[in-house]
Amino acid sequence: MNFQLRIWRQPNRKSPGKLVDYEVRDISPNTSFLEMLDILNENLLRAGKEPIAFDSDCREGICGTCSLTVNGEAHGPDHPGAVCELYMRKFRDGATITVEPFRVGSFPIVKDLVIDRSALDRIVQAGGFISARAGSAPEANSVTVPKHHADLAMEAAACIGCGACAAACPNGSAMLFTSAKVSHLALLPQGHPERESRVLKMVQVMDAEGFGNCTNTYECEAVCPAEISASFIAKLNREYARARFRRSMGE
Amino acid sequence: MIVAITGIILILFVIGHLLGNLQIFIGPDWINGYSQHLRDLGPLLWAVRLFLLAAVIIHIWVTIQLAIENRRARPEAYMDKQYVKATFASRHMVMSGLIVLVFIIYHLAHFTVRVTDNRFTLLRADPLGHYDVYSMMVYGFQNYLVSGFYVLGLFLLALHLSHGSSSFFQSLGLNDKKLTPRLALGGRIFTWLLFAGYTSIPVAILLGLIKPAQQL
Amino acid sequence: MIGTFDAKIPPGPLAQKWRSHLDHSRLVSPNNRRKFEIIVVGSGLAGGSAAATLGELGYRVRCFCFQDSARRAHSIAAQGGINAAKNYQNDGDSIYRLFYDTIKGGDFRSREANVYRLAEIANNIIDQCVAQGVPFAREYSGYLANRSFGGAQVSRTFYARGQTGQQLLLGCYQALCRQIAAGTVQMFPQTEMLDLVIVDGQAKGIVTRNLRSGKIDRHAADTVVLATGGYGNVFYLSTNARGCNVTATYRAYKRGALFANPSFTQIHPTCIPVSGEHQSKLTLMSESLRNDGRVWVPKRKEDREKAPGEIPETDRDYYLERKYPSYGNLAPRDISSRAAKEVCDEGRGVGPGGRGVYLDFADAIKRLGEDRIRERYGNLFEVYEKITGEDAYKVPMRIYPAVHYTMGGLWVDYDLMNNVPGLFVIGEANFSDHGANRLGASALMQGLADGYFVLPNTLPNYLAGQTGKRPSPGAPEFQEAEENVQARVEKLLRVNGTRSLDSFHRELGLLLWEKCGMSRHEKGLREALQKIPELREQFWRDVRVPGNEEDFNQSLERAGRVADFLEFAELMCMDALERDESAGAHFREEHQTPDGEALRDDERHAAVFAWEFQGDGQLPKLQREPLHFETVHLTQRSYK
Repeated sequence: MNFQLRIWRQPNRKSPGKLVDYEVRDISPNTSFLEMLDILNENLLRAGKEPIAFDSDCREGICGTCSLTVNGEAHGPDHPGAVCELYMRKFRDGATITVEPFRVGSFPIVKDLVIDRSALDRIVQAGGFISARAGSAPEANSVTVPKHHADLAMEAAACIGCGACAAACPNGSAMLFTSAKVSHLALLPQGHPERESRVLKMVQVMDAEGFGNCTNTYECEAVCPAEISASFIAKLNREYARARFRRSMGE
Repeated sequence: MIVAITGIILILFVIGHLLGNLQIFIGPDWINGYSQHLRDLGPLLWAVRLFLLAAVIIHIWVTIQLAIENRRARPEAYMDKQYVKATFASRHMVMSGLIVLVFIIYHLAHFTVRVTDNRFTLLRADPLGHYDVYSMMVYGFQNYLVSGFYVLGLFLLALHLSHGSSSFFQSLGLNDKKLTPRLALGGRIFTWLLFAGYTSIPVAILLGLIKPAQQL
Repeated sequence: MIGTFDAKIPPGPLAQKWRSHLDHSRLVSPNNRRKFEIIVVGSGLAGGSAAATLGELGYRVRCFCFQDSARRAHSIAAQGGINAAKNYQNDGDSIYRLFYDTIKGGDFRSREANVYRLAEIANNIIDQCVAQGVPFAREYSGYLANRSFGGAQVSRTFYARGQTGQQLLLGCYQALCRQIAAGTVQMFPQTEMLDLVIVDGQAKGIVTRNLRSGKIDRHAADTVVLATGGYGNVFYLSTNARGCNVTATYRAYKRGALFANPSFTQIHPTCIPVSGEHQSKLTLMSESLRNDGRVWVPKRKEDREKAPGEIPETDRDYYLERKYPSYGNLAPRDISSRAAKEVCDEGRGVGPGGRGVYLDFADAIKRLGEDRIRERYGNLFEVYEKITGEDAYKVPMRIYPAVHYTMGGLWVDYDLMNNVPGLFVIGEANFSDHGANRLGASALMQGLADGYFVLPNTLPNYLAGQTGKRPSPGAPEFQEAEENVQARVEKLLRVNGTRSLDSFHRELGLLLWEKCGMSRHEKGLREALQKIPELREQFWRDVRVPGNEEDFNQSLERAGRVADFLEFAELMCMDALERDESAGAHFREEHQTPDGEALRDDERHAAVFAWEFQGDGQLPKLQREPLHFETVHLTQRSYK
């Protein structure tokens, strides 16, 4: 298969970037999208040009490193799945494909298609944890968790932290990411002692990092490779209201 | 959250307003009576009007602030952007909202302050000084341009509400995974019923199904 | 040799060793802990849990990872589960049984004391993870669920869907985040360790390169902990993430740290086969598929191009069922992997390149119905469909073995300290617990045992005597190491040849896969030992690394790793050649039973092979640590 590619090139954070046209030929339909970029990079190298910088690591959809917007969709057209799980057979032979980074103000571009997502780490650092000192844990079966809650917590915890939710959101909001962690921990009894402070601090840092606001377009859940449901955003709103209310009551 | 709460207030008003207006189909006495009833409330009517005005102002003020933040959250736009799930309505709430605002201002000028149509002054009030709202509506909507603008305004209101009327459940955290799609569908049905209800009035008048109660 | 080569196994009965060791270990008091600086390289299950726990204890920790966030370490990709002898199922499990299964699974090439400690601590890990909010699968009663895994006779595996590694890693990532917020841990993402600094014969720091800015930095500390994972990527194609590498441990080896059992690499039998030269990685399909799938190839070579549906039942060879009638399709990892290689070598393999065997669900679908199969394996069938474009409900899956895990690693004693004093090695990066073959659901167990419970208790044994001995980063040893790193970076950029990195890496991988992969023999290993230096020489003459050093340069970071693989591969082959026996995953064709099973030589080779670097171009020196078995009786594995 042959493809025309329009790929975002940007030397560093400060310099302006632009779309540059490339062509790849004789690509097997069983090639993954990232392997197609590997091939393009080999071609560029042979031609004495600088390869395109893009991020990936596990290449099986779990580490959350890869982060490309393909034809205007975060992770490309094959939802649900990370862009490393996208295969060229999903495209028409001869197609023109546009590749851009995830564009969110809070994810500055490092180079070409590589972005800096440390803002997501800082949201978790604000309170996305249960303070359980190693050695202090009680016997695992001493606290039961209703299966339904455990399953729901697992659904939320499946987030791979790629940032596609914010990238796809018309407002650049990271609510799906934050809500997944808040919900995961609020659904488990172990997470209850820090329930209120956690949601208040995480939301505060999320806002301070400059992410946009949720207007319930549900674009985030449509592109989420881990299929995190936007109903966790409703849960976040609920948790936030509850925490504010309890705080105002002096609890 | 503030947007959601003010939104609910305004939706409730829109429902009430429609129910009032639909009395036009029953006859002039009903709707004129209803209108007079509202006026008889006196200070309470003003209180309600101020309350609604406050809701509108807060709703708009907060959303504009949020919209500015949202703009800032993505300083550099995509060269190519495809939406998978976000509807046209959900992505253009500010635009539809602002056009609806223009429509509301016109609408108030038209029927409440009565400055856009000179003919309204020709309409006689009844012996007790009550307005003939019924005829006012009929004459007002007999103009194709006016009716057209109303239908357009209502269409945008409907677009705005097709997202807003289910969205507030999400913002207030009053839903879950199963409920969300049902609420969205319900919201859409509700909204387009509202649209049909409102537009039925100018359409009926233009079709001549409703005739003025008094001649000018 | 730097330091001492002594495993320092505590005396006493096996079950009391760890307890009595703790009773007699040295301590660092809480108000002295903040005076110690600890470097932790790696943020996976081992590194992340160690950094978080040490920070919690009050030490000042600096944690480094090459990924852009600590949460992306490759532990995240582990699917199956984590073992612990809780005996919640009341099916006769015990710490001793978990210990025995692990040491037997490792084909008696690991230390009794280490493995017993691992089995003991496993229970604490489950407690700790549950307290942290890891959403393990539960029964309707609300109690924890278990499943049996990897042919174990008891149900002792705890799991979180097929994403156990992810959930455990996020648990320790969150603990780490808490310490970062508390200021006890300083995190350095996208920072790669490029050299170990030894001052006065002790590990006292590292030299790093910031991958984003290209800046080279010195970090001095009181002790260095390596948790840098395995080196499966030496084969180019493996189930490891693209970034996994040997650089940190290999650099330590070149500074005098002993490297143990480098040839022990585990091959996983159920991976999606290679589809072409473009392939950049292999994807694992959970072993659980073998519970319902039947493995076969055509009986005749001529049929291999035919569509599977056109091959009648009588022309199919269900070779696992034929060779191992009692275990059948559930034969252990190493055995089924080798059997697949054998039939493909005979020319009966299917799919592109003839490197694949069928895993057929037709019978299971007939027996249980498609819905039941979908319920059990739906997500795996989806993954398969995404990658291959084939619907495994209609045509049989194609699978092939792939490199998955490396049991070898830097040598450590019972305290997890290397012969170089002050250098601790944990997780997959060390060699200690899995012997010649790792059991399913044990990798996660080891990583977390080391990080949460072993290291925090053994580190004080070293640190207690180190007050005030932290060197300044201005010391000449740091100067020398930094210059060394700088020179290497410049050298890589200066070659400016014509061949791409990947082409060298691919060639090396293919060579190793053939000569030092699933089965090895003396002739092949000698050939590899001859070819690797040639390839390395070509690399330094003809590789092309574009860009410059003061920039985000992905080619440059990978170039350094490939260069290290090109040296390390030689060490692997030497080890495989020297180990003149078959044991677990190390299968020497010269040493097999008449039925083709691995034949150990306990007389001569019941030992850890630890290699000592002697200088570039010199043969490394082999040190043997004899393994003493006081509790278990050495037996021949049989899965007939």
